[in-house]
Amino acid sequence: MMQSDQSADKRPWALLSPSLFAITILVVIPMAFILVYSFYENVDLAVDRVTFQFGNWQEVMTDGYYHTAIWKTLRLSVIVTVLAAILGYIPAYFIAMTKFRDKWLLLLLLILPFWISFIIRTLSWIHIFGNQGALNGLFRLLGLTDAPLSLMYNEFTVIIGFIHVFLPYMILNIYVSLEGIDENLEPAARTLGATPWQAFREVTLPLSMPGLAAGCLLVFVLTGGSYVTPLILGGPGDFLFGNLIYDAVVSELNWPMGATLSFTLLFLLGLVVVLYSRLMGLNQLSKAFR
Amino acid sequence: MKIIDSTKRYEVLRERMGNGDIDRRSFFGLLGAAGLYAGVSGGIMTTMATQARAAGTELNFEGWGGVVSEALRANAFDPYEAATGNKVIDATFGGEAEVLTKVKAAGNTDGHNILHSSGVSWYKRWVDAGYNSKLNEANIPNIQNVMTAIIDPFRAITPDSLSAVPYDYGTTGIAYNTKYVSEEEAKALGANLLLKKELKGKIGGWGGDWANRAWYGALQTGQNPNDIKDWDAIWEKAREHRDLVLKYWSSGAELMDLLAKEEIYVTEAWSGRVAALQAQGHPIAYMDPPNGLAWMESMFVLKGSPMAEAEELLNFMLDPATSIAVAEGQKYPSSLDPNKVKMTPAIEALPAYDPTGKLDKLVFRDPGVWNAVEKEQTKQWNRVSKGG
Repeated sequence: MMQSDQSADKRPWALLSPSLFAITILVVIPMAFILVYSFYENVDLAVDRVTFQFGNWQEVMTDGYYHTAIWKTLRLSVIVTVLAAILGYIPAYFIAMTKFRDKWLLLLLLILPFWISFIIRTLSWIHIFGNQGALNGLFRLLGLTDAPLSLMYNEFTVIIGFIHVFLPYMILNIYVSLEGIDENLEPAARTLGATPWQAFREVTLPLSMPGLAAGCLLVFVLTGGSYVTPLILGGPGDFLFGNLIYDAVVSELNWPMGATLSFTLLFLLGLVVVLYSRLMGLNQLSKAFR
Repeated sequence: MKIIDSTKRYEVLRERMGNGDIDRRSFFGLLGAAGLYAGVSGGIMTTMATQARAAGTELNFEGWGGVVSEALRANAFDPYEAATGNKVIDATFGGEAEVLTKVKAAGNTDGHNILHSSGVSWYKRWVDAGYNSKLNEANIPNIQNVMTAIIDPFRAITPDSLSAVPYDYGTTGIAYNTKYVSEEEAKALGANLLLKKELKGKIGGWGGDWANRAWYGALQTGQNPNDIKDWDAIWEKAREHRDLVLKYWSSGAELMDLLAKEEIYVTEAWSGRVAALQAQGHPIAYMDPPNGLAWMESMFVLKGSPMAEAEELLNFMLDPATSIAVAEGQKYPSSLDPNKVKMTPAIEALPAYDPTGKLDKLVFRDPGVWNAVEKEQTKQWNRVSKGG
């Protein structure tokens, strides 16, 4: 009997072993290399000395430049996440609740942008907000302005760029969650005297929270790890922690510092995931995909 | 064989629209078609193209993109491929630091053969990193026509054998929109035009090179750029400039786009790119302030490349007819000695062109001075550019 229990205990591990193997090879070992590299010393551009020292870590811990970047990254990630949640809920709700027979078409439209390069999608905003972009053209057409308004290369365009790219992730997560809700619940609440808004607030919204929470986590982490969007759409002051990693690795050719910064970002975003799971419960998030 | 990625394809389209070659409706139509094409068939086509190319000798070339790449493709690579049967696969890099990062990460130079390398500083860096080849100059007879003054700095670094042939030169001066800045004002202000407070939000700058910013900082603080004593003053000027800047551009195509669309009125700029804008009819003027930054570019051959084919290509590119055609296309003067090779009026009219062939009127970076401080000052520039 005891032997049978033991063999039963091993089965989950056996089933998980392909995933664990893949994670070890593709995530754990590369991250271990990065961690080891963070203790090396960069003696000149692209020239590193193999050693074990904490200089890079000490610099990241004590230098306000990096702390400012962390603050800017967290702040922008929160702004993008909140806006994406608000803007994403509406289309997700519409797609989930619509009686349109070919609902799959709406979902196809949602994933259609993924067929186009992320960089091109980001660059497309220059043709909308730029001096000779669609928006300025419209303003001139309507006689609202004589000279083009300067709309590009600021935090606003960076936020727009992020939302544009990450919104489908939010919508899909919320949609999956809404789709799983029993469609009789809202009418039931209405028959008990709830207004449409009350029925939504008291029934649908709480039941869709797992999807919303999963979408928020995804958008937050994706934004926090980005660097291309501010590079293309931002001005000099618009940067995230990822841009510092890019500078260290590509511009300064200082891989040990790049490794230190990469690991710092990984730790910070991992910390957010852990805190989030403590507050929201990751098991709750899994409900979004049932 | 020209391989271009989606971003590059987009940039070409964007340039064409900027030039007025296609209308906005066609532009967006082509953009959508390109996006669908890339999404549906990109991976498959890339794999098939790789297999198809496997038959011939390939040379991987990386350069600056935009009009420069187009000039090289049309006037050098296509004729070379037709004449020899070899293939040149050209791509656009984000700078040589990016290539060095890739090579270092891979542990070899596979997929990288010839770089349109920027200046003597980068020549020294590639040599110091051990990635340089040894060219057999006997296989490049056209090198005899190259200016001695432009070869000597390279030979000083590798006296035994060259790893590159100098190919063109230019300056990084100041471009300004004549609708908003007069020639008199530009000349009066010189390098300080980049610090004019009234133009706040309409000034640009090159974000990709710390030394470029430092050079202009030296001019703005009255220091000798090749003998900077007060670095704090340099970065103080860079901060002053940063607070007026709308955007630090990171490629020649972006520079041209910002100027052509009047997002910015003033910026430091590469002479050839401004010449290209002028040729397109934009009201952009160019000036080299006193002690303005001059540079030379080379075709650098990386270690591990097929040397015979690479030398054949370099010799082909240095042929007077090819070199002049490329120079006219990319709008940077050729490295060939005008005392030995007759230049065309179009080249003689280019900014930075030196009819003497001695280059003694141009001020280049001293690699010994600049490379020595690069580690520290690159880091400083990255901080300053981000508000530090």
